[in-house]
Amino acid sequence: MISKLWKRFVLYLDPVLLAGLGLLVLTSLIVLYSASDGNWSRVLAQALNIAVAFVALWLVANMPLHYLLRSAVPLYVLGMVLLLAVALFGEISHGARRWLNLGVATVQPSELMKIAVPLMMAWYFEKHEAALTLKNYFIATLLLLLPVGLIARQPDLGTAVLIGASGFYVLFLAGLSWRVMLATFVAGVAGAPFIWKYLLHDYQKHRIMMLLDPTQDALGKGYHTIQGMIAVGSGGLLGKGYLNGTQTHLDFLPERTTDFIFAVYSEEFGLLGNLILIGLYLFVIGRGFIITGNASTYFTRLMAGSITLTFFTYAFVNMGMVSGILPVVGVPLPLISYGGTSMLTLALGFGMLMSIYTHKQLVKT
Amino acid sequence: MKRRVEIRNHQREIYYFRLRLALSIGFVLLLMAVLLGRFVYLQVMRQSHFTTMAENNRISVLPIVPNRGLLLDRNGIVLARNYSGYTLEITPSKVDDLDKTIDELAKLVNIQPRDRKRFKKLLSDSHDFESLPIRSRLRDEEVARFAAQSFRFPGVDIKARLFREYPLRDATSHLIGYVGRINDRDLDQLDKKDLLANYRGSDYIGKAGIEQSYEQELHGTTGLEQVEVDAGGRAVRVLSRTPPVSGDTLKLTLDAKLQEIAERAFGHYRGALVALDPNNGEVLAFVSKPGYDPNLFIDGIDTDSWNALNNSPDTPLLNRVLQGQYPPGSTIKPFLALAALHYGTRTAAYTINDPGYFTLPGSSHHYRDWKDGGHGKVDLFKAIQQSCDTYFYSLANDMGIDKMHDYLTQFGFGRKTGIDLAGERSGLIPSQAWKEKRYHQQWYPGDTVSAGIGQGYVLVTPLQMAFAVATLANNGVGYRPHLIREIEHSGGESNPVPLQPPVDLHLNPQDVALVKSAMKAVTKPGGTAVSANYGTPYDIAGKTGTAQVVGIKQGEKYDAKELSERNRDHAWFIAFAPADKPKLAVAVLVENGGHGGSTAAPIARKVFDYYLLGKVPAKMQDEIKVRVTGDESD
Repeated sequence: MISKLWKRFVLYLDPVLLAGLGLLVLTSLIVLYSASDGNWSRVLAQALNIAVAFVALWLVANMPLHYLLRSAVPLYVLGMVLLLAVALFGEISHGARRWLNLGVATVQPSELMKIAVPLMMAWYFEKHEAALTLKNYFIATLLLLLPVGLIARQPDLGTAVLIGASGFYVLFLAGLSWRVMLATFVAGVAGAPFIWKYLLHDYQKHRIMMLLDPTQDALGKGYHTIQGMIAVGSGGLLGKGYLNGTQTHLDFLPERTTDFIFAVYSEEFGLLGNLILIGLYLFVIGRGFIITGNASTYFTRLMAGSITLTFFTYAFVNMGMVSGILPVVGVPLPLISYGGTSMLTLALGFGMLMSIYTHKQLVKT
Repeated sequence: MKRRVEIRNHQREIYYFRLRLALSIGFVLLLMAVLLGRFVYLQVMRQSHFTTMAENNRISVLPIVPNRGLLLDRNGIVLARNYSGYTLEITPSKVDDLDKTIDELAKLVNIQPRDRKRFKKLLSDSHDFESLPIRSRLRDEEVARFAAQSFRFPGVDIKARLFREYPLRDATSHLIGYVGRINDRDLDQLDKKDLLANYRGSDYIGKAGIEQSYEQELHGTTGLEQVEVDAGGRAVRVLSRTPPVSGDTLKLTLDAKLQEIAERAFGHYRGALVALDPNNGEVLAFVSKPGYDPNLFIDGIDTDSWNALNNSPDTPLLNRVLQGQYPPGSTIKPFLALAALHYGTRTAAYTINDPGYFTLPGSSHHYRDWKDGGHGKVDLFKAIQQSCDTYFYSLANDMGIDKMHDYLTQFGFGRKTGIDLAGERSGLIPSQAWKEKRYHQQWYPGDTVSAGIGQGYVLVTPLQMAFAVATLANNGVGYRPHLIREIEHSGGESNPVPLQPPVDLHLNPQDVALVKSAMKAVTKPGGTAVSANYGTPYDIAGKTGTAQVVGIKQGEKYDAKELSERNRDHAWFIAFAPADKPKLAVAVLVENGGHGGSTAAPIARKVFDYYLLGKVPAKMQDEIKVRVTGDESD
């Protein structure tokens, strides 16, 4: 009886992927304990986030694929309505309008769009699979640019760039011709000076300059980058040892349980630790690619590929930002940073990957 | 045939997809390799560099705090300035036994029990790792004595800092406000406005008055210095330096000497005075009595001084100009007279026979006039000149509360004037709808009758009163009261603050002329404030007022002698002068001052005498601290 239940429980889960994810969230708890100066309640809260995320993952993994397909349009429409509502009535916090107060809770619709946008685009391509023309790619691009534009206006450049990337991956995997990509790129490079000169306000230019050159703001965001680089660099080959990071425990690292948690990890575990972490990420990404390669329908291929590449992008952007090769945008380290929302969004994505993998298998056998 | 094409397409599609997938894998591996390369660079090649930086981290980026902008009056007299001095500061987290350390320090430097109390309070409001001052304004020999022994006191430092000082102390406290140490709530606010970076290294922030409302202009832009430091924490060399930009110097509309004369003219009375230039809304005097010494607040006030201020029955911390809400009493009459002429409720010629009281139809309740036996035959002119209550009882009853509400609201009553200070209150002009909403009660005719002499529910602030009388003085064209004339940037470039367009009430010139002439007669024989204008070469147009603090029962008489001081009436006087070409409009409120003509009007007179004639009251000659260039100095 129990073994039967157990079988049902694991039926639609992918043990290989799950193992990778499990190691990453375990790492999260270990690092978080150090990053929060031994604050157990922080660790427990994160464990709760992980538990909730796992339930969500299990539910999505158990959903047959046509459910996913069918949820694309409603999710996207809901997301767009919420984004418009944010633009019109959203709450302002830290100088940006991102949150919507629903009375019972405040929500950040851009999080929902991280899943809904690639889902919608993949659905759209699936629908027109038989005869894809340039027009279809154009419409799919519009489906992407509308929400990205709204999010960039909030302003939340980090999320806009990430959703933009996830949508671009769908376009790329759906076979957008190289010529169009090249032409867009060339047009972008050529048009940039024009946009810079005529379309941007001074404050927008200032913000972009700040993003490109953090030393201009050495007391603000640049301060974060400098402290992050010091933490990573001083970690050396083997790290300063667990709970021994001076940058972390003497308060120099800002946002060290969230966006800058990688600096904590890197300071205490060194280059060796970084190798292991990158290895873990590559393991999960590799598994994602295997699932993508074996996916049976156009929709699932696009979706699986986009989820996997987006996950990679999150990890790369965060680590790149902490180590000073990318500008500081508010992107958490996936599965490691403290926070329930990003954990949940990621779990939904991985749930879909598992559903794509396991439901296809069942069809085969 | 057709089917084969489809299959071929499908296979081609799969092929292309796999190709792109392979490219994606290559992309991922390439970028991960870049990341690894970066890690190798940071953690292997530059490890020793970053290890050094981590060890001496604290001093790698030093903020350079900008000088706070000065506050000057319209003639350049300094109202808030900075001076450099030494403080003795303790970082609690670096000290083992705080009390013992302070005891030891007290042998070298003069530390009073008051300093200890202030430090204790500061300690409870701050973080352990902050450097907190135990003594400021050290004398040179104290600095020298400590410097020789400093090795005995780890965690105790002498710091050179700029301090804020308010030379006029109490006289300008409610206008200038003060700066205080930045606390967690301030940090939250700064964080919300995304200004935290600019306050790295700053200790002070504006907490009240102009210091608060012009914080952004006054603070300036923080500079920074990247320095390399040795193991002992001493700077070895400066790597780069961005100089700070000092805050803007603000030139106020205030006339400091006028302010000081006005403040002293109150004597021991509590109250408020606002003087405006009716032609542009500039605030020339802004007095709330009693004031407090703003210098006490700068480095955290000690508990005793705080309790003394906070628990005083005189409420010195209350900004009476902005936040004191009082019944206007008879000072409301000129505005109601204008309303009556506007709505046609009264004409200039209409007269009543005043028996000394007013009764509502069908009621025996007597609404008494202040004068026993009444004023006899009274028209509008006489009703203002002699402040006839009966006339205005019946006027209000005929006009109705809602019209009164609408008209008075136009004059700025019942809403904020929009002056550039935080915390202004809006007073209250009642209406039927308001009473229904607030008390769920219907409006009674008797409510209207008391509103007719500025009692009952009606409440105004001294600032509103000043704005209204300035608007009247300027024939219905009202300029928003404002405090800043000029903003001088640290580069030397100076910008006058542009005047906001005024609001024109489009009053009938004949109505205005009538009310103004009646107000002029207030200070002439037969009026209620004769002494105010006695022997002046210019004319004052004014109106007295008396605001009841306690109700007087039907059939009883108000007798100042029998009431305890705090239950005596508040005295009002509003005025402008010269009456025909007004240069200054003033509202004076004297708490528990009794009658407006005898306590409030003389204060206004001193203000006019100085502003229009340059006359300083003989008694004040020696006390006035402000010296304007051109004043003879002996």
